[in-house]
Amino acid sequence: MLTISNLQKVYPNGTKALNSISFTVDQPQVIAIIGPSGAGKSTLIRCINRLVEPSAGQIMLDDVNIASLGRRDLRKARRRMGMIFQEYNLVDRLTVMENLLSGRLGYVSFWRAWRRNFPPDDVRAAFKLLERVGLEGYQDTRADALSGGQRQRVGIARALMQAPDLLLVDEPTASLDPKTSRQIMRLLVELVEEQGTPALVNIHDVALAQTFSDRIIGLRKGEIVFEGTSQDVTEDVLTDIYGEEDWSLTIRKANGEDRGDDQTQGKNNGYLREAATG
Amino acid sequence: MSPSLPDQTPAPPRWNRLRMIENPALRYGLLCLGVVYIIWSIGVLEINWHRISTGIPRAGNMFVRMVPPDFTRWSLLVKGVLESVQMALAASFFGMLLAIPLGICGAVNLVPKPVYFVARTLIILSRTFHEIIIAIFFVKIFGFGPLAGVLTLIVASTSFISKMIAEDIENMTPGQLEAIRATGASFPQLLLYCISPNVLPRFLGVSIYRLDANVRHSTVVGIVGAGGIGQVLAATFSRYDYDFSLAILMAIVSLVFLGEFFSSWVRGYLR
Amino acid sequence: MTVTEHAKKYPQVWRRFSPRTTLIHYAWYLGIVAVAVWSVSNLDLPWGYFLDAHVQAMDLATRMFPPDLEFWDTLAAPLLETIHIATLGTIVTCAIAFPIAFLAARNTTFNTATWFVGRFILVTSRSVNTVVWGLFFVAIFGPGPLAGIWAIAFRSIGFMGKLVAEAIEEIDEGVVEAIEATGASRLQVLTYGILPQVLPVIYGTAVYRWDINIRESTVLGFVGAGGIGILLYSSINQFQWREVSLILCSVFGVVLVSEFVSAMVRQRIS
Ligand SMILES: Nc1ncnc2c1ncn2[C@@H]1O[C@H](COP(=O)(O)OP(=O)(O)OP(=O)(O)O)[C@@H](O)[C@H]1O
Ligand SMILES: [Mg+2]
Repeated sequence: MLTISNLQKVYPNGTKALNSISFTVDQPQVIAIIGPSGAGKSTLIRCINRLVEPSAGQIMLDDVNIASLGRRDLRKARRRMGMIFQEYNLVDRLTVMENLLSGRLGYVSFWRAWRRNFPPDDVRAAFKLLERVGLEGYQDTRADALSGGQRQRVGIARALMQAPDLLLVDEPTASLDPKTSRQIMRLLVELVEEQGTPALVNIHDVALAQTFSDRIIGLRKGEIVFEGTSQDVTEDVLTDIYGEEDWSLTIRKANGEDRGDDQTQGKNNGYLREAATG
Repeated sequence: MSPSLPDQTPAPPRWNRLRMIENPALRYGLLCLGVVYIIWSIGVLEINWHRISTGIPRAGNMFVRMVPPDFTRWSLLVKGVLESVQMALAASFFGMLLAIPLGICGAVNLVPKPVYFVARTLIILSRTFHEIIIAIFFVKIFGFGPLAGVLTLIVASTSFISKMIAEDIENMTPGQLEAIRATGASFPQLLLYCISPNVLPRFLGVSIYRLDANVRHSTVVGIVGAGGIGQVLAATFSRYDYDFSLAILMAIVSLVFLGEFFSSWVRGYLR
Repeated sequence: MTVTEHAKKYPQVWRRFSPRTTLIHYAWYLGIVAVAVWSVSNLDLPWGYFLDAHVQAMDLATRMFPPDLEFWDTLAAPLLETIHIATLGTIVTCAIAFPIAFLAARNTTFNTATWFVGRFILVTSRSVNTVVWGLFFVAIFGPGPLAGIWAIAFRSIGFMGKLVAEAIEEIDEGVVEAIEATGASRLQVLTYGILPQVLPVIYGTAVYRWDINIRESTVLGFVGAGGIGILLYSSINQFQWREVSLILCSVFGVVLVSEFVSAMVRQRIS
């Protein structure tokens, strides 16, 4: 699905944020990216949809190289990647429904967007997603009237409205309390499984990463220093990624918690696709 | 200079006054400098008591000739006022329209650098020059009459509103822009779903304010021949027709009043 | 879930505004456009002028270039005069606006009548443009900077007075009461209790207004009230476009510098 090879990013001020990053995402799973502050996690995520221009390397989404697309094709490619942000980045003065529908902007004309006249399938999918993320009836609430957790749910729903082939998630829980964080992560995991969309998730909380991800990538100073499953994350690994520290309390105890994914039915049925097929 | 807030602890009767400038040497130095400046500049301008004293009886004389105001030529007055109002309305409308593209081009986080510099230069240029200077150029190009006045007011409104739009866009949190860009939205759609919700409320407010300002300015661009009631007013002054001047002035003041009232009413309604 | 169930459960249409509200919006748009059309059509604008406007403008631009640098010798004195008019006008404003602000502030005025008088003066002052005040004072004092100074002052009184009166209305009454408690006279209360509190506002607005006044005093000359405007007017009327462009450049410089100075001083004050 996604193959990144030799990705490099040097910021104009000379900061080498990414150094020859290569990895592949080939199945619908949650991939956590951990690493100390400044390791280049956000840069990596943003390079993939070119909110940050990569300096060198290839980003293959199926068979298009995103790194070399022109403006028009880039927009087309961006439609296939949903992004979720730490600060939610909803448009505050728009209603929840408008925020959701903005996920479809890549597919509708200017005039339809202006008149808020989206195709029936989009609207139906939006209502369905709204219910799925637990915000039924909130469609006409303004985004700035929501709590942090609610906003992040809208953020997730907006990304899913794109019916994406890939989710890019930059610290989805960093502004949320522990309980809400877990709820949001759980929702994300469930949706990844339901929709069959892989997700790249930047996350600072190692325990949360271990609980909710299928695969973990450790980043340090712009380089991948670890790749493996949750079980592979040992104290040595964390020392390697973050540096010397007592890690015994950070690491999730083996089968100490479960992610509580009890409702996993119907894979590979994106809401929009389902709505479209009826 | 070290500014200080007024002390909250009252310590009378020997109240120690708090000063803007703590250092007495600097304070008195600046004061002396100020006095010297005043004396010097009055000398340069050749202002003397004689001119002031001859002015006072003339002012009295003028006052006598002004009162009572002469409203007999009301049709001329109404025509001038109406022209001013129409100039203000037309200028506000086109100013609003033109300010949108110019404001967008003046936001550094939206457009390429060269576009930004051109837009900002235009905004700064038209903001620096007083409306009347701009008006006189339009009078030279388009001749006397309201066209020059309307164009002047359009230029002034456009630069005023677009500066505010540009600043508002620049002050937006970058996250919202990124989020909408990341959905694959086109630039016009970005304007629609991200910029406009953020900028629209204040844009409307400032435009209404500008309408009110245009009413005020439309009464003066006429002084250089750019139409409106100002043109009539300037003529009365040159003909020593002071009682009609007063009538016009009263009309202007009430017009400005109405404009302010209307603008605050609409802004209250928008809020 | 069957197709019909599905369709029933989740609505297919969603409207941001009800049809009624949408209609009202369109009515507003229509109204605004109608007003604009009415205004423009009533102004009888000679649209024909637009046809060769760009030619005229280009012609003007070529005539204006390059600026006539030798003209600087003639220019310097009126330019300085412009600055003097703005500065002295602002100083006069401070002297007059301050007592009026006390009249116009509810907590320092004597009674309703004096409050009303104060407000009336401020409103009248603000409603008449500087240039119109200029016409007025030129008739009184004759042409020259004296009229300009008074014009600047009379327009600025309303501006400063309003802001200072608002500041006075928002002062901390505790300090005033503490001083009144010492048996201080009204004047003492004023100088020790109120003045220190509003002084930063007075300085701030004065500097702010000064910067506006610089811009205003560049055009006072058009009605004969002194400053660079006189020169600009005569150069334009004599079609000395290269002189005009030098004047414009210098005005641009002075206004920019004054804006910068004013912003800097205000930043230090607050
Ligand atoms: N716009 C920029 N210009 C210059 N340097 C930047 C820019 N953005 C990030 N950097 C630098 O790139 C490096 C990687 O930053 P990045 O934001 O990707 O780190 P991160 O891993 O996401 O950190 P955090 O966990 O704190 O979010 C840092 O050294 C940072 O200073
Ligand atoms: Mg980051």
